[in-house]
Amino acid sequence: MQTDAQKLAVAPSTYVRMSYLEAIIQAQIEEMELDERVILMGEDAAVYGGDKLLERFGNRVWSTPISEGSFTGVAVGAAINGLRPIVDLTIASFVYLASDQIINQASKLRYMTGGQIAVPLVVRACMYSMKSVAAQHADRPYPFFMNVPGLKIISPTSPADIKGLLKSAIRDGDPVLVFEDTRLWPLKGDVPTNPERIIPIGKADMKCEGKDVTLIAIAGAIRPTMQAVDALAKQGISVEVIDPRTLKPLDHEAFKKSVAKTGRLVIVEDAHPVCNVGSEIAAVMVEEAFDLLKRPILRLSAPDIHVPFSPSLENDFYPTTERIVAAVRRLL
Amino acid sequence: MQLNGDQKLEAYRRMLRIRRFEEEGARQFKAGKIPGTFHLSVGQEAAIVGACLALRRDDAMTGTHRSHGHPIGKGARLDALMAELMGKEGGICKGRGGSMHLADRSVGIISESAIVGGGIPLATGCAFSAKVRGVDQVTLCFFGDGAVNQGTFHESLNMASLWKLPVIYLCENNGYAISTSIAQSHGQPDIALRAAGYGMPGVTVDGQDLSAVYEAARQAVARARAGNGPTLIVADTYRFYEHAFSLAIRGKPYRSAEEVERYKRERDPIVLFRSELLKQGIGDNILTAIEEDVIDAVKRAVKFALSSPTPCPDTLLDYMFSSPPPDYYSAVNGLERN
Repeated sequence: MQTDAQKLAVAPSTYVRMSYLEAIIQAQIEEMELDERVILMGEDAAVYGGDKLLERFGNRVWSTPISEGSFTGVAVGAAINGLRPIVDLTIASFVYLASDQIINQASKLRYMTGGQIAVPLVVRACMYSMKSVAAQHADRPYPFFMNVPGLKIISPTSPADIKGLLKSAIRDGDPVLVFEDTRLWPLKGDVPTNPERIIPIGKADMKCEGKDVTLIAIAGAIRPTMQAVDALAKQGISVEVIDPRTLKPLDHEAFKKSVAKTGRLVIVEDAHPVCNVGSEIAAVMVEEAFDLLKRPILRLSAPDIHVPFSPSLENDFYPTTERIVAAVRRLL
Repeated sequence: MQLNGDQKLEAYRRMLRIRRFEEEGARQFKAGKIPGTFHLSVGQEAAIVGACLALRRDDAMTGTHRSHGHPIGKGARLDALMAELMGKEGGICKGRGGSMHLADRSVGIISESAIVGGGIPLATGCAFSAKVRGVDQVTLCFFGDGAVNQGTFHESLNMASLWKLPVIYLCENNGYAISTSIAQSHGQPDIALRAAGYGMPGVTVDGQDLSAVYEAARQAVARARAGNGPTLIVADTYRFYEHAFSLAIRGKPYRSAEEVERYKRERDPIVLFRSELLKQGIGDNILTAIEEDVIDAVKRAVKFALSSPTPCPDTLLDYMFSSPPPDYYSAVNGLERN
């Protein structure tokens, strides 16, 4: 079997098919090879896909004690003082424990010190919103952090996008939060092998071109959304899908461009409905692009209820293909 | 090992700089020239300067919300600090941080945290970086007795001990977290004993005695630089004024006027150090010259700060990012960057 390095050597400037999770690992390997300041730290670093990194960069991969609040702060201090740490918080529900260091320190230090300090930090967190992990493991906390100045937030949905955007995040001079949706981990796709192919933070991507309705899908919601696109196509309805990829800042220009074409907008995401990405996009579109809209904006999200344990309650908790299809049809 | 003659005079100078800077700051605050709030470290100068003098200039340091003494103790210039207190463009943080967030990277201060205990992981991370990069830099982490009960203290000391990080945890134990005494908040009031739980040395020193603090810090620095890991130093000290200048705490006093007066009368670290220097044969005229120099420096700092311009509203967006994403400001604010 070929190693990743061998695959890359035989196929420069081309593509290799790999899963979303493999693309995350590949991005980290490439950036760690390029820049010795890049290190990885987190709990059980070898367990969550980090074994390959540990083999290759033993002294730059740090398994930490269970101390999310402080090891995230340790990474902030290390970032200030010459390293470029990637913190793997594994399950996104644990990000609350680290939130003081992310919000009160990482996001504010550059500004509060009049630019004397930079915090080149990446914080990875995985949203495990499936398979009965229940309320304390299933959160999708990105809306909280969108309200914090000084943070960049990405949540890509394809293997190529996570590779390109994670590499941008690692090279960035500021704190970047990465929210990975674990329902995307097994998804396979063609990923550029060129280590210099990065995707800029802040640019949305059109995943599917259409003319009747614009669907903006966030993170794992892209999967039922793409299924809905197929179902709607069979009904003769042409849908355009935009993936913001970066949640802070949102690429509102890309949304407006699409809505200028379709006049109709549905936003689909798995976070709870109050003050989520959909709220933000809808507010900006109403303020700045009201004239482009032929119909009201619709938002689909998880209910304002904790994620239940029982599969019978969890199965339809997040926006389903059927609900997305129905929402699109309501706008026609 | 004792401080040499020059170091002694420098120690005296730095303690006086803290004292006079803060007394003058309090006057400016009262005169309405300093907005916000103002936490004095008067009374705690020996704990700060004694520890800082054990460091090299390129060693790192984190401070607390009682933040004026730490940068001065580490050797920062006074004018930009005073301008920062006044919210001026010439401030060390360009008027964005203010009294509780003074930082001066040029003398190794990576940050001061107004979140109690918030700076402890940062200092630990700073030391972690030195270890990973293989440099012999040491980090000094200041915090108060109140911060000892934060989770960050325990989590950070554990990691520092586990990884043998070159960090010195220096607790400025002034006995009160605002109005809450050690007796009211610590299940184990002997803070240095907590070090044993993390497998590191814990020492208590008289924080009003500059030489004692220096000696403890010097040993901790040597230990850290040699790769033997962290030390917890508890400097027992006292703040002569209220938690924050002009803060009125209503109800039953949490400490007696007699206690405060006794410390001011008998345990003033600058008075104690001055008499020690005189006893060692340093001339009164030398010390008086230093005192006059410091008063001049503080006057110049105030002059600089008063004449520094206020930040222009057009610069509101500055310093947010080292690399803002394309169209960031218009995307999130509808604002254009000039």
